[in-house]
Amino acid sequence: MEHVIDIQHLSKSFGAHEVLKDIDFSVDKGEVVCIIGSSGSGKSTLLRCVNLLENPSGGRIIYKGVNILDDNHDVYAYRTKLGMVFQQFNLFNNHNVLDNCIVGQTKVLKHSREDAKKVAMKYLKVVGMEQYINAKPKQLSGGQKQRVAIARALSMEPDVMLFDEPTSALDPEMVEEVLKVMKQLAEIGLTMLIVTHEMEFAKDVADRVVFMDGGVIVEEGCPEQIFNNPTQERTREFLKRILK
Amino acid sequence: MSFDWIVKIMSENWLMFIRGAGITLYISIIGTILGFIIGLLVGVIRTIPIPERGVKKVILKIINFILSVYIEIFRGTPMIVQAMVIYYGAALAFDIDMNRLSAALFIVSINTGAYMSEIVRGGIVSIDKGQFEAAHAIGMNHIQTMVNVILPQVIRNILPATGNEFVINIKDTSVLNVISVTELYFQTKSVAGNNFRYFESFFITCIIYFIMTFTVTRILRSIERKIDGPDNYVMYANQMQVDRPENMMNRTTNDI
Ligand SMILES: Nc1ncnc2c1ncn2[C@@H]1O[C@H](COP(=O)(O)OP(=O)(O)OP(=O)(O)O)[C@@H](O)[C@H]1O
Ligand SMILES: [Mg+2]
Repeated sequence: MEHVIDIQHLSKSFGAHEVLKDIDFSVDKGEVVCIIGSSGSGKSTLLRCVNLLENPSGGRIIYKGVNILDDNHDVYAYRTKLGMVFQQFNLFNNHNVLDNCIVGQTKVLKHSREDAKKVAMKYLKVVGMEQYINAKPKQLSGGQKQRVAIARALSMEPDVMLFDEPTSALDPEMVEEVLKVMKQLAEIGLTMLIVTHEMEFAKDVADRVVFMDGGVIVEEGCPEQIFNNPTQERTREFLKRILK
Repeated sequence: MSFDWIVKIMSENWLMFIRGAGITLYISIIGTILGFIIGLLVGVIRTIPIPERGVKKVILKIINFILSVYIEIFRGTPMIVQAMVIYYGAALAFDIDMNRLSAALFIVSINTGAYMSEIVRGGIVSIDKGQFEAAHAIGMNHIQTMVNVILPQVIRNILPATGNEFVINIKDTSVLNVISVTELYFQTKSVAGNNFRYFESFFITCIIYFIMTFTVTRILRSIERKIDGPDNYVMYANQMQVDRPENMMNRTTNDI
């Protein structure tokens, strides 16, 4: 299988605090990988290192055969290939829904506005927000904001989508509408790396589940293995706590 | 009787008052706009994230140091003194006989710039970190992030403070009379020097200043409301030909 992203010996420290320790991990094309683990285990940091919102302290991130941590590598071009969805949505407050999905295409990818609009409408339709293109972010509910944020990331037509707890800031009744969209993306074969506390969703949608604890990957495997027959004591403890 | 004098002074000197007010407005408008631009530039430069090492770090540190010196000096000294030092200093040091009006514009702009730099910087750091991260995550560099995402929000937020600077400039250009710029205060002094009716002459000027500042404040408020836009949005009825979700993997850039 072809790796879209291949992470080797990745480490990250904040001062003396070593948050990620020697992480080896890859994502294949079309794969849906869910990262689970307790709070503070380094899941967000791993995701943020992958698109270089955090600067890794060591290791390699191989994308298309080159290490993007090499000094002369174009970070900005690389980031356009990864779509990021944040827990807090982070829609651009000064743009309406449509422009949120267009601005990256026109300003970064240098596409024409007409082309950008077609692409944006396509993905806004995917997330079911095409009727709201004139709305400003502050006029939307949390679930709607997150769906627009997903459309914004998709509009860049990235190779991989990264999700950092996309439903954790949502009221319970809005979680489902976002998970539904994500499930739909998984079905059409999008490559996705998802940090989540939604165990049912992970069981249901993931091709592979990664359990992290204390800055290391403790165990990874298909959902049946991780949830039904974990080999590691730490995984068992975590699942017992969270699924009780 | 004072009121008769006011009418008399007005009718005899209205052209001087108008000219003075015109110069005052001109200096304060241009000074505020240039100062605003200086403030934006300095604010953007001062918020460039400093890399952990390398030449860029050293250069940025030096630039930031120079910019803080600029800000501290111009905020820490009175404009009336700056006017004297710059105007006569330029003549003494470089043998430049500055045009008085250019000197005035320069002093007001650079002074406003120093205040605006801090206002802009405050505006930038108060924007949610998530806005920067989202912009970086779709591949924007610092300049693109600033221009397309951060500054539009900052400018909206600092508009009241900018209006404040504008009003201060309208009033503070009066100190430029020390280098004989023919703004409103200077003109009034000339008028009063001829007729010896100081109260009446300056009372007229007082009203003119107030009319100017009040009008400017009102205009800025309405601009703020315009920028904020309507409170509700129009639902978009979909007439565009849009791909079906199932086709979404047929991408324009198919290059994995
Ligand atoms: N910018 C930072 N500076 C210092 N320490 C940080 C920073 N970001 C994260 N950390 C620390 O790194 C550790 C891992 O954080 P991280 O956010 O990756 O955890 P997480 O697994 O995503 O947790 P959660 O489930 O709560 O989101 C934590 O101990 C956190 O305090
Ligand atoms: Mg996290």
